[in-house]
Amino acid sequence: MSPSTTTTGTGRITMLDDFLIRAALAGIGVALAAGPLGAFVVWRRMAYFGDATAHAAILGVALALAFDLPMNLGTLTVALAMAVTVAALAARGWAMDTTLGVLAHSALAFGLVGISFVPEARSDLSAWLFGDILAVSRSDLAFIWIGAAAVVALIVWRWQALLTATLNEDLAAASGLDPDRERLVLTLTMALTVALALKVVGALLIAAMLIIPPATARGLARSPEAMAALAALIGAGAVLGGLGLSLQLDTPAGPSVVVVAALAFVLTTGLGRPR
Amino acid sequence: MTALLEARHICVSLGGQEVLHDISMQVAPGEIVTILGPNGSGKSTLLRALLGIVPATRGEVRRSDGLRIGYMPQKLHVDRTMPLSARRFLSLPRRHSRGDCLAMLARLGVAEVAERPMAGLSGGQLQRVLLARALLSRPQILMLDEPTQGLDQPGEAAFYRLIEEVRTEAGAAVLMVSHDLHVVMSASDRVICLNGHICCEGTPRVVSSAPEYRALFGLGTRGALALYQHSHDHDHDHPHDHEPEHDHHRHGPHHHA
Repeated sequence: MSPSTTTTGTGRITMLDDFLIRAALAGIGVALAAGPLGAFVVWRRMAYFGDATAHAAILGVALALAFDLPMNLGTLTVALAMAVTVAALAARGWAMDTTLGVLAHSALAFGLVGISFVPEARSDLSAWLFGDILAVSRSDLAFIWIGAAAVVALIVWRWQALLTATLNEDLAAASGLDPDRERLVLTLTMALTVALALKVVGALLIAAMLIIPPATARGLARSPEAMAALAALIGAGAVLGGLGLSLQLDTPAGPSVVVVAALAFVLTTGLGRPR
Repeated sequence: MTALLEARHICVSLGGQEVLHDISMQVAPGEIVTILGPNGSGKSTLLRALLGIVPATRGEVRRSDGLRIGYMPQKLHVDRTMPLSARRFLSLPRRHSRGDCLAMLARLGVAEVAERPMAGLSGGQLQRVLLARALLSRPQILMLDEPTQGLDQPGEAAFYRLIEEVRTEAGAAVLMVSHDLHVVMSASDRVICLNGHICCEGTPRVVSSAPEYRALFGLGTRGALALYQHSHDHDHDHPHDHEPEHDHHRHGPHHHA
């Protein structure tokens, strides 16, 4: 065994030992979940909702560090709590623009203050804000792919119902569907996706992975299905492109991924039909 | 014949305010029933309560077992961010074959919109696509919320004729909500006059001569026909108003008294 390679738990050396391959796989996993979910975020105009949930994940990091809990458990729990709170307030008819603005930024501020109490986390604060995709471990990878599979499975399973409820809740209810349940599905998948994406792109840019790929796909797609699938592909492409950019120019990986996605958006919007 | 749909003494509150009080009504197979009332009288809410979209705070709504409902909402806003063709829309949430969808669009005279995005349809096209979707579920009852909103006068009359035709073909009952008096009156078997509670109910002829109905719509002694003629004759002289700058289509307040 050469000294430059690391050994794994099983003692075998595989391609997963390459940090770059792990990074690419992690990013692709996140993109596959974020694309279809992001399509609903765009259709339902829930962009700010994604921000609030993502920012809450920072608070989850702080709590996990403070109480010595598994990181994924902390972020998932707090993201879920935030998503459920926001959904409940929306159902009660709160002014969502203001409510989400208050919740999103408060969660971020509380999280940042909370993290400052944990000395070992203070140093790599930027990893939580902007992601640390090059440091993805095998267990991170397993968490991301299992989570992404769950998100995609839920969305595929509920697809017709989610689409109807997104279009018009009365139409869904008159067809015997429960719009509240479909909203809950999106709330759950949102919290899960945020927890998955935190390590890859960081809390500040998760919403970008939810919104930019579907927005890019919108100009090219003729059906909701095509838009969701294209969003996943564009997201995966942006991950590969961003990692390449980061390698070439020594730029931070997470933001580079978002930069590539944004460039793709500008390109397709420019080429697409004027709207 | 047993009713398809029945409300028994239902009350409905929205935001803590009771908007419907003690409503009892039913719809039998094949009949056309129109719920008529001024703005804010709870017409749409009654339809939504019958559909089970809003819960009744008191009383109960009964639908016959396995009742197939074709619902047409008052309006449908399709966000431009969703690429949704009319044909794809028809298969939500239940999928129908491409042939069935195209045949239904052709039946309603909008075959050409099948592959067009929903967000780009005109008001009349959208109404027909909404009706097509309602009919594709092979409904026993069509529930239409202001189905002619946004249509001009000829479009409105044509749309009511279309509803009557498809009802005859499909053998479905129709329960619709409207605030406009004239066309509805001739197209309905039964009219329910609503203003938070049921003011009066019966055949169009009975209802149009009922004092409650006349009071509700401020008709005085002029009747529905007079109101129709007055409110749509924009070229008549205003007998008490000779100043030219006032001479544009102002209707006296007596309509809404």
